[in-house]
Amino acid sequence: MIDQLTIADKTFNSRLFTGTGKFNSVQKMKDAILASESELVTVALKRVELENSSDDMLVHLKGDHIHLLPNTSGVRTAKEAVFAAELAREALSTNWVKLEIHPDPKYLLPDPIETLKATEELVKKGFVVMPYIHADPVLCKRLEDVGVQCVMPLGAPIGSNKGIKTLEFLEIIIEQSNVPVIVDAGIGAPSHAAYAMELGADAVLVNTAIAVSQNPVEIGRAFKLAVEAGRMAYMAKLAPIKKGAEASSPLTSFLSEL
Amino acid sequence: MKSFKDTFEKYDWDSLEREIYEVTAVDVQNVLAKEKIDLQDFKTLISPAAKAFIEPMAQRSNQLTRKRFGNTIQMYIPMYLSNECQNICTYCGFSMTNKIRRKTLSDAEILKEVEHIKNLGYDHILLVTGEANKTVGVSYIAHAIELIRDHFSNISIEVQPLDQEDYEILVNAGLYAVLVYQETYHEATYKTHHPKGKKSNFNYRLATPDRLGRAGVHKIGLGALFGLEDWRVDSFYTALHLKYLQKTYWKTKYSISFPRLRPHEGEVAPKVEMTDSDLVQLICAYRLLDEDVELSMSTRENEQFRNNIVPLGITSISAESKTNPGGYSVEPQSLEQFEISDERSTNQIKEMIQSKGYEVVWKDWDKNYSGAF
Repeated sequence: MIDQLTIADKTFNSRLFTGTGKFNSVQKMKDAILASESELVTVALKRVELENSSDDMLVHLKGDHIHLLPNTSGVRTAKEAVFAAELAREALSTNWVKLEIHPDPKYLLPDPIETLKATEELVKKGFVVMPYIHADPVLCKRLEDVGVQCVMPLGAPIGSNKGIKTLEFLEIIIEQSNVPVIVDAGIGAPSHAAYAMELGADAVLVNTAIAVSQNPVEIGRAFKLAVEAGRMAYMAKLAPIKKGAEASSPLTSFLSEL
Repeated sequence: MKSFKDTFEKYDWDSLEREIYEVTAVDVQNVLAKEKIDLQDFKTLISPAAKAFIEPMAQRSNQLTRKRFGNTIQMYIPMYLSNECQNICTYCGFSMTNKIRRKTLSDAEILKEVEHIKNLGYDHILLVTGEANKTVGVSYIAHAIELIRDHFSNISIEVQPLDQEDYEILVNAGLYAVLVYQETYHEATYKTHHPKGKKSNFNYRLATPDRLGRAGVHKIGLGALFGLEDWRVDSFYTALHLKYLQKTYWKTKYSISFPRLRPHEGEVAPKVEMTDSDLVQLICAYRLLDEDVELSMSTRENEQFRNNIVPLGITSISAESKTNPGGYSVEPQSLEQFEISDERSTNQIKEMIQSKGYEVVWKDWDKNYSGAF
């Protein structure tokens, strides 16, 4: 049985979400995304020719099983993000938006205050909001309160390929969340993706690790398998990790001797 | 008000020069063993001693650039709007004392150039003027931006330094980035090369990126003109400037350009020559210092150099540039600011980049993101 993931009005067979940036050709991008079997693919609105329906990137991604997820990369404030989301809704005919507000162009770290403000407004306007955020458990609950359909905490700085560096906080988020948790950013290897899924993440989003690899198609497929393996392991429940050695001299045996 | 001047004054040119030239191979090895490269390390990496390590530096620069920017190169093109200028710059073809015909494009001429440029495929444009307040002041530039903003996703300028309020006007008109090069951070040499005009004010120019940061410009481009002074010391100051700005105006993006003096109408021979391998060393050193700074390559450089520089750390490139106002279609025969070296067509450059395993990017911004929200 396929263990499907539902977010808002859409159901996904794949728990691997991907991106469109950094590939060395549009064809390579398409091939890698197809190999990954990803069904949700994010695209920066700023890279799309909004007035041109034959935009190269979009034409290559049109397919029955692929949903395009516009993102607001480049905006610095809530106000700009709402404006961008509305542009995207108009241009790409989707009310889904990956909300990225990173005023810091260096590490592209998300602004929690602007993100919360924008989410509140976008939800009211009928958007399905997928916010890119720090692995901040309180922020996740605050976003849930204003009506997000999922949260997207980062594993490590975006593009860093460093893996799950925010482990302690991701575990709390996964434990507490009522909406799907998608680990976004920092995943650099299939093993990182599998690990996130084993922890109980509902999905992962991977872009740089696929796009910049020597063989994006092969790596795309490797990520697909890793995400499936991680999810399967989570559902099947992993054997517990032994914490420390067992003591040779029991401390409570006296209880039975009394 | 906070200004780079305070940071700048903590350093002394001669001591820096001595430190850079005293670096040893062991120093370089120690720096290359580090994961994070800081300003002190940058000084080591631009030293003569680091030249022996240019290959490992290039390998690392390639990897870091691909990780951050992917396998892509951004395309842009300059459009000269005017060659009128009230400055004397000893190295520049547009210098006030040069007896050339002066020209400032009219609206109709600007639109004619735009049509030509759009047909080549460009979506990111750089507008260039000299410094002539009456003819090409803020109102002329703001008007030019408004005139062309429907045609381009991303508009940058390289014009005279302006006041903060002026930059705010231009940002509202749809401006994205401003390039302003210090030319040289050696104050005495600066004065020699800029004896007359507003540009002779070293400190006003030095504080320009501060005014840009306060005005909320999206991107600031820095650089030194190589040939006026020792490129190593000037590059250290440029990197110092970059690091100061990144900490102070943290929402702004930054780019670095690498203009080397080229032959032109007014003839001044470079005082210090910067070789091809020097330039490669510097580009790699910047990338090792900073993963995210944009590094730009113009058509000042020749074909062979540009072919090989693509994978070494640069992120944007121009092609088929004309450095005379109206050079694309209005007055192709008029005098250029400097001679470009790589005269290949945009299509040839695109194919060259693709043959290196990179995708050319035409659009990476949206006109709706610029200007007043």
